[in-house]
Amino acid sequence: MSTVSSPIQADAATPTGSTGGSVLGTLLANGGVRFGGIVLFILFMIALAAPLLGTIDPALLDPTYRNKLPLEARPILNDAGEEVTVTHWMGTDTLGRDLYSRVIYGTRVSLIVGFSVAALAIGIGLVIGLISGYIRLLDTVIMRVMDGIMAIPAILLALSLVALWGAGLVTVILAIAVPEIPRVVRLVRAVVLSVREEPYVEAAISIGTPTPKILYRHILPNTIAPLIVQATYTCGFAILVEAILSFLGVGIPTDIPTWGNIMAEGRLLFRVYPHAILFPGIFLALAVLAINMLGDGLRDTLDPRFAKRTST
Amino acid sequence: MNGETPVLDIRGLTVSLPKGADRDNAIEGIDLQVFPREIICVVGESGSGKSVTGHAVMGLLPKRELEPIAGSISLAGEALLEKSSAELRQLRGARMSMIFQEPFTALNPVVRVGGQIEEVLKIHTGMSAAERRARVIEVMDDVRLPEPERLIDTFPHQLSGGQRQRIMIAAALALEPALLIADEPTTALDVTTQAQILTLIKDIQTSHDTGVLFITHDFGVVAEIADRVVVMQNGRVVEAGATNQVLTAPEHPYTQMLIGSVPSLIPKTREGMIDDDAVLATKDLAKTYRSSGLFQKTREVQAASNVTISLKRGETLGIVGESGSGKSTVARCIVRLIDPTSGAILIDGEDIANLPMNRLHYYRRKLQIVFQDPYRSLNPRRTVGQSIIEGPMNFGMERKAALTRAKELMGLVGLDPNALDRLPHQFSGGQRQRICIARALAMQPEILIADEAVSALDVSVQAQVLDLLDDIKKQFNLAMLFITHDLRVAAQVCDRIAVMQQGEVVEQGPAKTVFSSPAHAYTRALFEAAPGRKLSVTT
Repeated sequence: MSTVSSPIQADAATPTGSTGGSVLGTLLANGGVRFGGIVLFILFMIALAAPLLGTIDPALLDPTYRNKLPLEARPILNDAGEEVTVTHWMGTDTLGRDLYSRVIYGTRVSLIVGFSVAALAIGIGLVIGLISGYIRLLDTVIMRVMDGIMAIPAILLALSLVALWGAGLVTVILAIAVPEIPRVVRLVRAVVLSVREEPYVEAAISIGTPTPKILYRHILPNTIAPLIVQATYTCGFAILVEAILSFLGVGIPTDIPTWGNIMAEGRLLFRVYPHAILFPGIFLALAVLAINMLGDGLRDTLDPRFAKRTST
Repeated sequence: MNGETPVLDIRGLTVSLPKGADRDNAIEGIDLQVFPREIICVVGESGSGKSVTGHAVMGLLPKRELEPIAGSISLAGEALLEKSSAELRQLRGARMSMIFQEPFTALNPVVRVGGQIEEVLKIHTGMSAAERRARVIEVMDDVRLPEPERLIDTFPHQLSGGQRQRIMIAAALALEPALLIADEPTTALDVTTQAQILTLIKDIQTSHDTGVLFITHDFGVVAEIADRVVVMQNGRVVEAGATNQVLTAPEHPYTQMLIGSVPSLIPKTREGMIDDDAVLATKDLAKTYRSSGLFQKTREVQAASNVTISLKRGETLGIVGESGSGKSTVARCIVRLIDPTSGAILIDGEDIANLPMNRLHYYRRKLQIVFQDPYRSLNPRRTVGQSIIEGPMNFGMERKAALTRAKELMGLVGLDPNALDRLPHQFSGGQRQRICIARALAMQPEILIADEAVSALDVSVQAQVLDLLDDIKKQFNLAMLFITHDLRVAAQVCDRIAVMQQGEVVEQGPAKTVFSSPAHAYTRALFEAAPGRKLSVTT
């Protein structure tokens, strides 16, 4: 081997960059991420542990205990046939169902809807976006279709899907997810369009890397940070839309309690018994606020343009 | 010059860096004087602190990150470091002004150029609108913009890079400042434009009695323009003196190394070529960009046309030209990163210009490319090792074998073989370029294309990478296509040279012939414009 130019000192190549551990550190240093994360974690635990939190069957009707105010206590029979005293922490609704149990169980549906919609929209949008951004031939066709979907108002589409397939959890999730897909596609496509011009992608082409591998190895990782942020917004939005659909009466049937349909039922007697809307409303607001703050915090820390601002 | 008060007097200036940087201070104990009617060049490589010095004078350092902690800056007797930001604002534009490197981003794209020059007058003087317009036309005339009455109402995108830089200079000079700071003002410009702007700055500075602090990395520019030179390294002044003295008899070893690294404009003598068949040839290669839309007229741009070149084993062909000449288009067509519109690309006699992707795969490995920007040519998320073995593994090599090969290659390009698991950001620009070369070599190519491969590097690093390229070319008997805008670099590495202008090859021949007796008018203009021709005579 010939002596090739001057040797490079090995010490010049000492590691200077951040490691994975400190990424988590910077994330947690952000107040929004901390607050949102903690609130979301608590909601998660509530949803998981709903039967253990002193709840009773959320669908249990009792016409004699209708419209009771919060903290009212009454005796009921449990599964074993014994009589136990139950306190209605949040009162009861117009059919005498325990609001506390309904709100706690409603957390499950809201989180399921939020996360499924986010996962579905991101998953499908990512694939379509990668293809659309990288394969010029398909780009125009795909984007015109996406423009078409985007032009339909989300709630209207949801309404018609529900009308078509009937109300139910899966229908609602699909109905909310479909109009969200074009947003994800646009986001991913924009990232792909800028990254595909990077010399390292061109270098990968010139060393013969097949297209799927280029997409997966060199382009996909660049979309992760914006997608995480988009996922949180989609999640918060989905919870809100689910509540709206339920409120309009085209969402999930009331035998499955959701924050939205509890509020929908409570609105008739809102002026007399505001608690039926107040409690699910607080949970809904808190959940969406937490998710949005988490999203903002993630954007601030993951997006290099904002990262500088938060560090000073 | 002695006896006069300097317009700019920097004494013992130290600017601190934030904690955790590679050194404590960005600049340390800088002493520097600029007298009226004098051009001082501050020269240094990236990271030497030359721009920090300029920004410190203007009061443009980012607050809390870079703070002047010692020393003084005085502008014609006024202590700048003690001024409030309001007082500094009064001085900026009026008493001192600055022109920047990028004429494309330094101007606001949505404001007419006249308005951008006028802004200075609006802020600092009580002139009426008519007076201001008259003055703007006057300064535009001063910087020799053609038809200032017409250009005053144009937007920046309607002007060329050189014209935009003239607008920047006009705005900087509108109020006849005592001090002009020019931070790499010609680095983003083509050589011919650069030559014009340098002449302009020199003329204006004499006729306006301005002191100029000229920041540059290019010794050619220094030789053209400077009265005195200040050489900086790692935040300190290592040598200062009259231009001639520093350029011809540099005292500090760093200066000697820098000047020694500047490639000479006189081509090296090359061994005679073996008569061999061309491994790469193009025939009437052309690339036309068409932009068409539903509601627009179809527009066509001929990026390259009638390009016919050929390349033998062990030979380096340089493609030289200014930006927009189509030299990179040719390279990217040959590697089939873009599809040529017409013409043929022959590799070992086979035309690959229209091969479909699946059949192209076999030829990919014969033809490798190294790009200009070392910071963007490696995937920042993948280790150096992963990047190097990706190619061989695409062609079926075992991971283990590929890694062994990668280690050898790291050693071959002068890097630590055990650094394979590091990420690109842990390497310097020159080291990354070595990694890119290693990645290309891992494919065992027959042809290596270097697309401005050393243009983004500091001159000392550039010299090392050029040596490396020359070595591997000899060692592997490669055919090399070397694309560059820099005539000095071309003179050093190329056996033959093709000069491109507006998409066409206007002249082609052995480097020696082209350099000593250029036949085409454009080639002659290029050589005329090359900065610091004096420099190559003296060294």
